[in-house]
Amino acid sequence: MTTTTPALTGSRRRPGDKVFSGSAAASAVLILVILAGVGLFLLAEAYPALVAPADEIEGGEGLVVYLWPILFGTIITAVIAMLLAVPVAVGIALFISHYAPRRLSQALGYVVDLLAAIPSIVYGFWGFQVFALALVPLYQWLAENVGWIPLFAGPASSTGRTILTASLVLAVMILPIISALSREVFLQTPRLHEEAALALGATRWEMIKYAVIPYGRSGVISASMLGLGRALGETMAVTLVLSASTSAITFNLIGTANPPTIAAEIALNFPEATGLRLSTLIAAGLVLFVLTFAVNFAARALVTRQKGGST
Amino acid sequence: MSRQIDVSDLDIYYGSFLAVEKVTMEIKPRSITALIGPSGCGKSTFLRSLNRMHEVIPGARVEGKVVLDGQDLYGPGVDPVAVRRSVGMVFQNPNPFPTMSIYDNVLAGMRLNNKRLKRSEADAVVEHSLRGANLWKEVQDRLDRPGAGLSGGQQQRLCIARAIAVQPQVLLMDEPCSALDPISTLAIEDLMGELKKEYTIVIVTHNMQQASRVSDRTGFFNIEGTGKPGKLVEMDATDTIFSNPSVKATEDYVSGRFG
Repeated sequence: MTTTTPALTGSRRRPGDKVFSGSAAASAVLILVILAGVGLFLLAEAYPALVAPADEIEGGEGLVVYLWPILFGTIITAVIAMLLAVPVAVGIALFISHYAPRRLSQALGYVVDLLAAIPSIVYGFWGFQVFALALVPLYQWLAENVGWIPLFAGPASSTGRTILTASLVLAVMILPIISALSREVFLQTPRLHEEAALALGATRWEMIKYAVIPYGRSGVISASMLGLGRALGETMAVTLVLSASTSAITFNLIGTANPPTIAAEIALNFPEATGLRLSTLIAAGLVLFVLTFAVNFAARALVTRQKGGST
Repeated sequence: MSRQIDVSDLDIYYGSFLAVEKVTMEIKPRSITALIGPSGCGKSTFLRSLNRMHEVIPGARVEGKVVLDGQDLYGPGVDPVAVRRSVGMVFQNPNPFPTMSIYDNVLAGMRLNNKRLKRSEADAVVEHSLRGANLWKEVQDRLDRPGAGLSGGQQQRLCIARAIAVQPQVLLMDEPCSALDPISTLAIEDLMGELKKEYTIVIVTHNMQQASRVSDRTGFFNIEGTGKPGKLVEMDATDTIFSNPSVKATEDYVSGRFG
């Protein structure tokens, strides 16, 4: 036999390989650069406000006093929106993935995805013109009958443009993303786990409790956090819906004195802002940036811990 | 707890497709019945019809009767959930609930039955079931660890412990060893020998040696061609099936001259 064995040595790097690994690495670095760039920009532009004397800041009492109510407004609207949206979204996702007949579930899935495609300004108009007014009677009823709960202390707003309305609009806006992602995770539940429960004599709900929800839990958490992130940063809808009249911290969700959210505060004041006022707004943006970063980070940590615990 | 199953003229359909045709079979209590046959011949489908698990697939239905201890499993008003609680099942791939501890896995079926167990009772059930599945000695000091951390063979025995914890009348096993190594397989086979003292066991297997080692009676399923329904060709004592079957196709199959 005189066939030559092909040389197995030598590390000839194939060009395709090189290009692909290079471009993948470049993309990964790019995202870090952008993130760092945004952070640095915010920090640099906000710097004058960070070091300015307290009486020159909007409101005359310093940056912290100015930022605190709008940070509070941001967090409370977003958290209430998430608390309202997550149970409904998980319910929708379970219905689509495990209850509805196939044809209905497909149609329903499209409708939910469509909900995600509505621009936020449209949600804002709808919330401002229709939804807020429709909620007024409910708010009045709440203030009269369960006013002893601080959340519904009243007196009820006559326009309906309250924290709760903003939260409800936000809840509708983040519903599709949470339910779409949860549905995908639920659909991926291994058949084997479902059959394990069914073969033990589980009803459909018990099967979901034993197999589907434990499997999908980390996915639902990430989906909720994505929703929370969107709710925190949402600008147009909140700007239109919420009648932000004061910089007071209040847990009264249906009253007339509502703190704005950071994003809405910036959107409302940015066009006329110059100098130190502009820096103050950018400082607010920096706070929002850090907040959403922290939320996403916490979500990631939570998911990793969940996974670590389950395997 | 061991019961006889009488199957008569059972046709199994997926939608309009007839998957298994006219099976009549008697499954004796306190014995192991093995079902063998080539892939796609309907033996797994048939096994699943014995606890109505095949109904998980939309459009699946049966005609005919499956009578467990005098009661027709497909009679009017019979709840498939109740059927599955008295006819347990072990699957090809071990499937303990991944987020549950070993302890909770064993008790999963009991908790489904909505029984509120005292801690001492629960402990007793767990120990008894794990001993029954020959797993107690290996896991007794780590009952709170996740079931997914065990080896494949241990996981499969955990699934058997979970199935027998609810004290079913019948235990169905769908190729329980095909994903396991020979040592684990041997452990499961020994276990089946123990279990048959208390339970009626039906096992589907591709491993002919396994069928001849563990079973008392063997049924051979076959299919004439793609799209044709599977049929029970022959059923007899295991010794007879493997040494002196009455149908040529059975002899070809068990001697490896098939197809």
